[in-house]
Amino acid sequence: MTQADMSRDLAAASGAPSCSADATHVAGPHAERLENLYPATPAAVTRDEGLVLYRDMVLGRRFEDKCAEMYYRGKMFGFVHLYNGQEAVSTGVIKAMKAQHDWFCSTYRDHVHALSAGVPAREVMSELFGKETGCSKGRGGSMHLFSKEHHLLGGYAFIGEGIPVALGAAFTSRYKRDALGDASSDAVTAAFFGDGTCNIGQFYECLNMAALWKLPILFVVENNKWAIGMDHNRATSDPEIWRKAAAFGMAGEEVDGMDVLAVRAAAQRAVERARAGEGPTLLECLTYRYRGHSLADPDELRAAEEKEFWAKRDPIQRLAAQLIDQSLATVDELKAIDKEIDAHIADCVEFALAAPEPKPEELTRYIWAED
Amino acid sequence: MAETLLFNALREAIDEEMARDPHVCVMGEDVGQYGGSYKVTKDLYDKYGELRVLDTPIAENAFTGMAVGAAMTGLRPIVEGMNMGFLLLAFNQISNNMGMLRYTSGGNFTIPAVVRGPGGVGRQLGAEHSQRLEAYFHAVPGIKIVAVSTPTNAKGLMKAAIRDNNPVLFFEHVLLYNLSEDIPEGDYVCALDQAEIVREGKDVTILTYSRMRHHCLKAVEQLSQDGIDVELIDLISLKPFDMETIRASIRKTHKVIVVEECMKTGGIGAELLALITEQCFDELDARPVRLSSQDIPTPYNGTLENLTIIQPHQIVEAARALQSGQI
Ligand SMILES: Cc1ncc(C[n+]2csc(CCOP(=O)(O)OP(=O)(O)O)c2C)c(N)n1
Ligand SMILES: [Mg+2]
Repeated sequence: MTQADMSRDLAAASGAPSCSADATHVAGPHAERLENLYPATPAAVTRDEGLVLYRDMVLGRRFEDKCAEMYYRGKMFGFVHLYNGQEAVSTGVIKAMKAQHDWFCSTYRDHVHALSAGVPAREVMSELFGKETGCSKGRGGSMHLFSKEHHLLGGYAFIGEGIPVALGAAFTSRYKRDALGDASSDAVTAAFFGDGTCNIGQFYECLNMAALWKLPILFVVENNKWAIGMDHNRATSDPEIWRKAAAFGMAGEEVDGMDVLAVRAAAQRAVERARAGEGPTLLECLTYRYRGHSLADPDELRAAEEKEFWAKRDPIQRLAAQLIDQSLATVDELKAIDKEIDAHIADCVEFALAAPEPKPEELTRYIWAED
Repeated sequence: MAETLLFNALREAIDEEMARDPHVCVMGEDVGQYGGSYKVTKDLYDKYGELRVLDTPIAENAFTGMAVGAAMTGLRPIVEGMNMGFLLLAFNQISNNMGMLRYTSGGNFTIPAVVRGPGGVGRQLGAEHSQRLEAYFHAVPGIKIVAVSTPTNAKGLMKAAIRDNNPVLFFEHVLLYNLSEDIPEGDYVCALDQAEIVREGKDVTILTYSRMRHHCLKAVEQLSQDGIDVELIDLISLKPFDMETIRASIRKTHKVIVVEECMKTGGIGAELLALITEQCFDELDARPVRLSSQDIPTPYNGTLENLTIIQPHQIVEAARALQSGQI
């Protein structure tokens, strides 16, 4: 039995409140799961930490809003997948880890993971504009953000393929420690991916290997209920993904993915285990995306009630309320941060617009290691 | 010089490189305790331990991807495909990640990894175990592809592949592991991108690779008795081709035959002859000849299997026809 299993059972035994009202029922089983989650003891946060989290989430949200605007204005192309609504996951996990030390691996929905990992927003925006100043030199685009400097292993556009790559980074940590004798090698890797991705073979192959070799890795499932137009409950035999951890003898937890403090606390526990050599964790974050699958998605399938349910649980508003309630910040302070970030993003757009295109004579550069 | 079996030459190369650089590691099915299905990693597990010679579960897709991630973060993994055909299950990782990732990342990451193992048509192994994936992987950008054919080049090329900072697909051949010859003592490397002129000649250029080199050698013996002087070139590098050596030979002989074990359609020879046509058209005195396997799944039956792949006598006939102006 995992820790989370135990805490759920304890919660049930103590008659933890189940607040599933009729509205939840209409919003569907994913919403119901969230409502039935054992309410986490509100995690403590200091003012400084709280503001870091707030700033990061607002950066993610505003950045994505700007992307939508730029896409519709014809400034960026291809498939662009926005992260709105899921900010608590990126921020909660990545800010619980060490920048430029731990490793992060993403999918095509990667802008905000890159930002949380510290890739400068100018570089991310430039990449989306296909510019030479982009973090992938304009060769990658929205779905392929990379930054060795910021330990971003990349955005992977094919379902599941990033998970083994992340596993490889975790293997390197252990190899350096145990085969090369470098006691300081304690980097942990976080692999982010969606609910739909938990039905592909690589996911299971990697859970097995990670547990087998006790690799320092967090499998962070961003369960937003949808895989494009496929309802999670129609795609998988047991929708509670975190339970699959037990089959591999690893720790598994489900967490309110709209609550950055809860995500952060769960990530901290998992990172601690990983650094202590206790191996991987499967962390299922219940969340929701506020926009269509990509900017090309008409988003006609999802019920209004469902969208409303999740809109009411906006992770940014929630943190803002917590910070204000606990007198860690004032409304004005938070507003000032919002404004600052808007200005920052406006600067990124200006920077990206003015940035140079890659040189045609460098078309074939970066194929080989030597150039 | 020491008489060495091909699988041992590979083993020596891996052993020496692992001793030389602690970041070099091996991963794959049965590479550790079992020593590899063709014994290429025999005893290395005992010598280097379970992390450096990692026995993986049977999960080609994931352990190949794991090698990519390990390579991106500082290791130099050698992945063994127990049979190169199994790498069909890792096609995505080899194509999208080994091949394209450096470019897609704008040069952020390099992938110094080797994927090696037995390829080719063995003896009555049936269709699935008789694949020639060098042809399937040929179009993938960003990977080097080499095929070894002798103990000497096996060792020197393996070392070069391990030291190279790019991903290398390294094809051995199921039927060549017990080939034996004297190989140079000590540390030597062979260039990954250079063809090997096996025999100089002035009449006909034969381009081949892997096991077909030995079929060609049999044919050459016969042909030299006929007075046909063959220049035999082992391509070694299937990607990129060593066009300089190939062009120089064709400038000399003005006739070319490609002998390959892969199927004709979309094969190595298809690309090679296209390049020769583009680059050496005016040098050719006769149309180029391509001797390839049949475009069929390799049959189990021994007679049918032999009919599927090129035999030495067919090479002899083609060279004679070319030399006598019948082609
Ligand atoms: C191998 C592969 N098959 C199909 C797709 C097309 N595709 C892109 S995203 C997606 C849905 C993924 O859903 P999920 O894992 O839940 O992640 P989310 O988009 O919700 O973040 C699909 C089917 C793909 N990119 N790769
Ligand atoms: Mg999803």
